[in-house]
Amino acid sequence: MRRGLPELVSLVAVCGVLAALPFLLSDYNVSLAARVGIYFVAILGLNILTGYSGQISIGHGAFMAIGGYTTAVLSRDHHTNLVLTMLIAFAICFVVGLLVGLPALRLSGVYLALATFALAVSVPLLTLKWSTFLGGRDGVQTSRTVSHDWLYGAAWTASAILFALAWLILRGRIGRAFRAIRDSEVAAVASGIELPVYKTLAFGISAAFAGVAGSLFVLGTNGFAAPAEFSVFLSLQLLVGAAVAGLGSLWGVLGGAAFVGLLPSVSSSVPVIGSEHGRDVVFGAAVVFVMLLLPEGFAGLLARLRVVASSGR
Amino acid sequence: MTQSAAATSVTRAADALERLPSPSSLLLVAGAAGLLVGSLRSEVFAELTVQGLALGAVYGSLALALVLVYRATRVVNFAQGELALATTYIAYQLIKWGLAYWEAFFATLAIAFALGFVLEVVLLRPVQHRSVIAAVIVTVGLFILIDGVVNWIWGGDFKALPSPFGTKIYHLGNVSIARLYVGMLAVVLVSVLLVWALFRFTKLGLAMRAAALRPAESALVGVRVDWMLAIGWGLAAVLGAVAGLMAEPSQFFLDPTLMQPILVYAFAAAVLGGLESPAGAVVGGLAIGVSLNLVVQYVHPITSELQTPFAFAVLVVVLLIKPAGLFGHREVRRV
Repeated sequence: MRRGLPELVSLVAVCGVLAALPFLLSDYNVSLAARVGIYFVAILGLNILTGYSGQISIGHGAFMAIGGYTTAVLSRDHHTNLVLTMLIAFAICFVVGLLVGLPALRLSGVYLALATFALAVSVPLLTLKWSTFLGGRDGVQTSRTVSHDWLYGAAWTASAILFALAWLILRGRIGRAFRAIRDSEVAAVASGIELPVYKTLAFGISAAFAGVAGSLFVLGTNGFAAPAEFSVFLSLQLLVGAAVAGLGSLWGVLGGAAFVGLLPSVSSSVPVIGSEHGRDVVFGAAVVFVMLLLPEGFAGLLARLRVVASSGR
Repeated sequence: MTQSAAATSVTRAADALERLPSPSSLLLVAGAAGLLVGSLRSEVFAELTVQGLALGAVYGSLALALVLVYRATRVVNFAQGELALATTYIAYQLIKWGLAYWEAFFATLAIAFALGFVLEVVLLRPVQHRSVIAAVIVTVGLFILIDGVVNWIWGGDFKALPSPFGTKIYHLGNVSIARLYVGMLAVVLVSVLLVWALFRFTKLGLAMRAAALRPAESALVGVRVDWMLAIGWGLAAVLGAVAGLMAEPSQFFLDPTLMQPILVYAFAAAVLGGLESPAGAVVGGLAIGVSLNLVVQYVHPITSELQTPFAFAVLVVVLLIKPAGLFGHREVRRV
C-alpha cells in the first residue's frame, strides 16, 4: 500500500501531462510526442519479452513492419477503418510471434539474438519480392491519412490500454511464470511451468504490441509503408530504447521511448556537424554515454532515486 | 586383469568413435567435392565458385573478428563492420595523401589495431563487468556513432581506391579467373593464418587464449587479463580492416553502406560456424559466399532480392538442427 500510493499518484500525473500536451505544443512537437508514444508501445512489447521472460530479440522491427503493412494494405485495398486495422495487426502479429517463438525455443542467448536479427533483415526484403501486393521499393499508401492530433490521441490511447494490459498480464500468473523462466529455466520447469507455452506466449504478446506500434508508425509517416522505414536500424533503435529504459521495468519504458523518439530529432539541429550526420553522431554518442553512466537504464536510476528518497525520509 | 583389459578396449572403442570425422566435417567434405565436380563440368559454375570464395573470404574475415571479440568478452560487436568501414576510409585518406596502396594497407592495419585497442579500454571496459546487454548496446551506439562520423568527415558519395591487384584475368582452360579474386582470397587467408599462428605459437597468443577461457585462473598465474582483452579487440579490428579493404575492390567503390550487408553475412557465417570457433567462422564465411553466388544463379525462384532471406532461412534451419552452430560446442550447464 505504501508503495502503491506514490505509483498511483505518478501514474495520474503522467496521464494528466499527456492529456494536456496537445493543447500546449506546436503541431510539429505534437507529432514528435506521438512518435514517442509509438516507441513506447513497441519498447513496452520488447520489454515483456526481453526484460520479463529473458529472451533477447533484435527483430522487433520486423513485427512492426508486419503490423505496418497490415494497416497499409487493408486501408489501400478495403478502406478498412484505421483503428480496426490496428486490432487486426495486433492479432496477426500475435500469431506470427507465436510462430517465431516456436523455433526460438531451441535457441537462447546470442543465437536467439542473431536469429531474430535475421528476421529483422529479411522481412523488409520480402516486400521487394512480392512487389505487386506489397508495393516493392515504392511502398504502400493508405487510402486515408491522419492529422498529428489524431495520431497523438491514437498513439497514447493505445499506449495506455497496452500499458494496462501489460501490467495485468505481468502481475498475475503469466508474469510470474515469465520472471521464473528469466531467472532460471531449470527452476521454472521444476516448479511446473510449461516452458514451451510461456516462452512462445511471451513472443506472441511482445510481437502483438510491436504490431500495433507498426500500424501507428505507418500512420505517422503519412500513411506510407516502405521497406526503408523498417530497416534493421529500427530494430536496433528499439533494443537501444529497451536497454535505456532498463529491462524488467514498466516505468523506465517512458524514458526509453523519449530517448529514442526525441533525441534523433533534437540532435539534428546541432550546429557544428550539420543536420543529417549530426543526428547519427550525437545519437550514437548519447547511446554510448547513457550506457556507460546508467548500465541499468532509467529503471536503475529510478530505483536508486527511490532508495535515496526513502532513506532521506 | 581381464577387467582392466576390457576397460582398455572400451576406452579404445570410445577413442575410435571420437576420431571418426564429425557429421559437420563430412558435410563440408561433401560440399567441397560437389563444388569441385561442378567446377570441372561447367565454366560458369567454376567462375561463380571462385568469385564466391573470394567474397566468402571477406565475410569469413569479418566473422573471425566477431568470434575473437565474442570469445574474449561474450559480446557480439555490432560495431565491427562500421569499424572496418572507418579503417577503409582511413586507407582511402592515406592514399589520397600520397601513400602507395600497400604502404597505406599496412599503415591502416596498424591504425586499426590502435583504434580497436583504445575503444575497448575507453568504452567497453567500464561496462564489461556489469552487464553483457549494456556492453552490446554500447557497440550498437558505436555503430551509429561511427556511421555518423564517417558520413560527416567523408560524405556519403562514392569514393574509389586504386585497384590493388589490377584488372588482369587468368585463363585456366576455358575458365577465366580475375586476379582480383585470387588476390582477395590470398590476402584474407594469409591474415587469418597469421592470426592463427599468433594464437597457436606465441606466448602472447597463449595468454590471450587463457584470458578468454579462464579469466580468473589466468589472472592468478600472472596474465594481464584486461590488456589481453584489449589486444583481442585490436586484432579483431585488424581483421575487420582487412575485410573492409578487400571488400572495397569487389564492390568497385567505397561508400558508407559498404560494410552493412557484409556485417549481416559475417554474423550468419559466425553463427553457422558456432560463435566459439575461429575456424568455423572462416569456413562459414566461405560456405555462405559460395552458396549465395551459386543459389542465385541456379535456383530460379530465389532471385537476388531473396538472397539474404534465403541465407538466413538456411541459417535458422542449421541452428534448429545444431543450436550451437556447425563447430560450436554445446554448452553444458550444471544446476
